[in-house]
Amino acid sequence: MKVTVCIGSSCHLKGSRRVVEGLQYLIGENNLKDKVELGGTFCMNNCQNGVCVTIDDKSFSVSPDTVDDFFKTEILGKV
Amino acid sequence: MEHKTDYIYDKNGKLIYKFDTKVQYIKYKVLREVAREAWAGTLFENVLDIPKMIVPGKEPTMRCCVYKERAILGERVKIAMGGDKNNPNVIEVIETACDECPMGGYEVTNACRGCLAHRCMDACRKGAISFDHNQKAHIDKSKCVECGLCAKSCPYTAIMNFKRPCVSACKVNAISMNEDKAAKIDNDKCISCGACVYQCPFGAITDKSFIINVIDMIQKSEQNKKYKVYALVAPAIGSQYAYAKLGQVISGIKELGFYTVIEAALGADMVAWMESKELTECGDFLTSSCCPAFVDYIHKSFPDMVEHISHNLSPAGTIARYIKSTDPDAKIVFIGPCTAKKMEFQKEEVRPYIDSVITFEELQALFDSKDIDIRDLEEDLLENASYFGRIFARSGGLADAVQQALKEQKLDDFELKAVSCDGIEACKMALLKKSKGALDANFIEGMACVGGCIGGAGCLTHGEKNKAEVDKYGKEAIEKTIAEAISLVKLPEEQHS
Repeated sequence: MKVTVCIGSSCHLKGSRRVVEGLQYLIGENNLKDKVELGGTFCMNNCQNGVCVTIDDKSFSVSPDTVDDFFKTEILGKV
Repeated sequence: MEHKTDYIYDKNGKLIYKFDTKVQYIKYKVLREVAREAWAGTLFENVLDIPKMIVPGKEPTMRCCVYKERAILGERVKIAMGGDKNNPNVIEVIETACDECPMGGYEVTNACRGCLAHRCMDACRKGAISFDHNQKAHIDKSKCVECGLCAKSCPYTAIMNFKRPCVSACKVNAISMNEDKAAKIDNDKCISCGACVYQCPFGAITDKSFIINVIDMIQKSEQNKKYKVYALVAPAIGSQYAYAKLGQVISGIKELGFYTVIEAALGADMVAWMESKELTECGDFLTSSCCPAFVDYIHKSFPDMVEHISHNLSPAGTIARYIKSTDPDAKIVFIGPCTAKKMEFQKEEVRPYIDSVITFEELQALFDSKDIDIRDLEEDLLENASYFGRIFARSGGLADAVQQALKEQKLDDFELKAVSCDGIEACKMALLKKSKGALDANFIEGMACVGGCIGGAGCLTHGEKNKAEVDKYGKEAIEKTIAEAISLVKLPEEQHS
């Protein structure tokens, strides 16, 4: 599973660092480092809905406050 | 009447000059017209008409006659289109524009009053000054070493230095004159810093432009659908385009057709992090590798010191490599104050990552070639780097960032003894001392331009206040530490591209 977080200016301001840190932590805690590849990209052309995250080709809007829920439903449940 | 230089009003009605000099302005007009034709796809049909478009009348405004003006403009058009392909240097002389300034060195002028004091003679340590029967001073050229002490001592400032501005500007002694007395650049010495470009009062030395390559790259991307064109902006941008907001400049860049805009300063954060580690590992001595002119200078003038150059790519190269690891089809254009960057991106180790380089001057020309008035645009965002990455733009910033990175990595047991060299002369002094074992330092921050990148030849404006502007832009960064800024990216050792 490839999870990509937008780290462009707009998403950065909306908290992409905290989203990345949250995901990194959760992936580590759940021993998913071999199964989930976490990466960054600059701008997904959907700045209004930042922080933009994609899992494989599917797009999501995540905020630092919703990282836990997002991880549970979209990553942990599906990996 | 033509204005001294191009000016513009900011939103408060304050008049602001876009450029420092009329030389920059004329260069800009050529770039703008070339770009206008390139966007329209009519460059090759209309290229010969551009000089007349810029100088339409019969009255000369710059030279002896409009025909010479147009001939020189024709040369400028060629350089705006990439210049002489057989000359590997991006800095090129326009021989017809060179005024063949006198270059006799120190001479006594008519202002010499034949005084009694003869301070000039006392000041001269070489005994080169004598006096004729009118008590007027003369300099014996066979003895004179051009130290200038006589000129400083004369109360009438009667002794002048007839040195060409290009030669004075070139601190690496790469400029001499050819058989026709026009300036000639020795490519084995030239570091492409652009000091001569900015200083020549006739605009006879200029940097080749890649704007038409950039326009082509943007157009062929078909609105970034075929591949994405990224703009990588140097942190010195914080001191430029004073007539508008930085966010408006970012909007303008996107308006030109770039997919997105990224701070090269994030690459600077990465470099500071890795360079501080490299320094503690190598232990004894390292020089920075950020300034391409400085690196080139070490290669050309201090080859024995090459092994001490940090192995990091420059900040632009470092972040561009990361961008390409996330998007292998990306095209990356660096936009900055630097003419030497136009050499750097062609180097084997940088070529895979950076596809083209333009200057802030050229960006202004691109805006105006599409009639984009950035003052009318909404403010976009630029938020990738920390304070420390951003202050790389000014002298001293790199050393501050390395110190900070040591602290953040808990490596501050290592005592950083940094020397920040402001300008290539200071670099030369430090490297000379180091090569003789007489420099008490383990790190040299080398910046070829005085002031750092904000003094670069490709800046629209230069001045004292630019340093304060860069610091202000640095403080606006939401990330306060280097670790925070780089936590979003992978350092090269973690990248698997």
